[in-house]
Amino acid sequence: MLINWFRFASPISFYPIAGSWSYAFGALAALFAGAGLVIALWIAPTDATQGDAYRIIFIHVPTAWMAMFIYLVMAGWSALALGFNTRLSAMMAQALAPTGALMAALALWTGAFWGRPTWGTYWAWDARMTSTLILLFLYLGVIALRAALEDPRRADRACAVLALVGAVNVPIIYFSVQWWNTLHQGSSISLTAAPKMAMTMLAGILVMTAAAWSYTIAVVLARVQAIIVERERGAGWLESLIQFPAGGSA
Amino acid sequence: MTAGKPSPLAGTLAVQPAAAEAVADTHASVLAAIGWAVARDFRVALRSKGELGVQLLFYVIVVSLFPLATSPSRETLATLGPGVLWTSALLASLLSLPRLFASDYHDGTLEQIALSSRPLAALVSGKMAAHWLTSGLPVALMAPLLGAQYALEGPVLATLAVSLLLGTPILSLLGAVGAALTLGARGGGTLLALLVLPLYAPVLIFGAGAVDAVRAGVSAAPHLSLLGAGLLVALVGVPFAVAAAVRIALD
Repeated sequence: MLINWFRFASPISFYPIAGSWSYAFGALAALFAGAGLVIALWIAPTDATQGDAYRIIFIHVPTAWMAMFIYLVMAGWSALALGFNTRLSAMMAQALAPTGALMAALALWTGAFWGRPTWGTYWAWDARMTSTLILLFLYLGVIALRAALEDPRRADRACAVLALVGAVNVPIIYFSVQWWNTLHQGSSISLTAAPKMAMTMLAGILVMTAAAWSYTIAVVLARVQAIIVERERGAGWLESLIQFPAGGSA
Repeated sequence: MTAGKPSPLAGTLAVQPAAAEAVADTHASVLAAIGWAVARDFRVALRSKGELGVQLLFYVIVVSLFPLATSPSRETLATLGPGVLWTSALLASLLSLPRLFASDYHDGTLEQIALSSRPLAALVSGKMAAHWLTSGLPVALMAPLLGAQYALEGPVLATLAVSLLLGTPILSLLGAVGAALTLGARGGGTLLALLVLPLYAPVLIFGAGAVDAVRAGVSAAPHLSLLGAGLLVALVGVPFAVAAAVRIALD
């Protein structure tokens, strides 16, 4: 079956879909998070060496994965926005940035809380921590550039170029930091040498990852709706869907 | 604007007869465009020697502050030296970035440059080269002198200069993307720092790493090779990103 994907590139046809999908994925997120937390807090066994402190892994690992993955998705939408000059692609990229930054911040924060009891320190300039920190800076840069440009269409394209330049740099930053770390300090701290984990632990992480995915999709679609309303206010099709407050629209 | 050689901004819409000739003509036109932009920006930069001096002075002062904040012991300084000299080079590069496009953007020259029949990527390459000649190169030449204050010696100082010579062009290239993207944006300078400094991280790691390697008695070749590879990749890719960013800013 041939689908005309460009039909959905129009805010008019995407707006209602985004609304219903947002609710659906929101419900999925609640479902996965509930199940995941039950596994994480009650079913998964206590770790032999780290005790119960390890349980933050169920938030830490999914958010760290999402932080990296969302940047790639954002760069993908940015490439589409530049290539096809579609407004909606740029709006998707714009909507993804805050959630990506949130995930990176959560990964760092939970990592610090996990590091304190297990490594004895909140922060250790570990290669992954450092590259996640730089990733957070890249997200904040995209958000700040967006906020600093008056014209939304120019901001769309400028942020797209920045996201793509960043995406090329992300692997370089990752490997350079890793190499720097191995040169500067011995392997006193290693995440990769963790012992094999129990099946229930892995299941917990995967279910929580599904929750993080669903949450991201739900929030991003809701944010895209908000962006569409903000940018298209005054458009006839939108006024038939939403009751704007008197004098609110141009 | 500038006087002297004929500008490629003047009508160059010549009819190109044969395909082979056209290709040769394009190559010549690209080189001419780069050469014109280098010469023009270099001349403009030299007209405000004070500004260039202040930027170099900034580097000297920042580097001189670290011993005051830590300790004058030779061991401490030698440990800090490569990192301090490199981080300060990043800041000096950052400080000089607005000069790259801002004044040309405000007086409309940049728009004329973008309207030229010569490829914009070539013209911005020339601007970036001139920027490096007037910011990165002086810093790289000054660094060994300052490194001597940090109890660094002979081969270490030579590596410092070489790593800066390889690394500072990457700073000018990556910085140009940020400078073009933030044209006309609110809070230009601080925003530029937020955009550009994270991208500088690998250059800093390999640059300071090369100097540290020699200090530790290991070969600096891997670090310098990676810096060189990074420079080549940036030279090929960045001019097109900058050209795109300039066009976006002018829309």
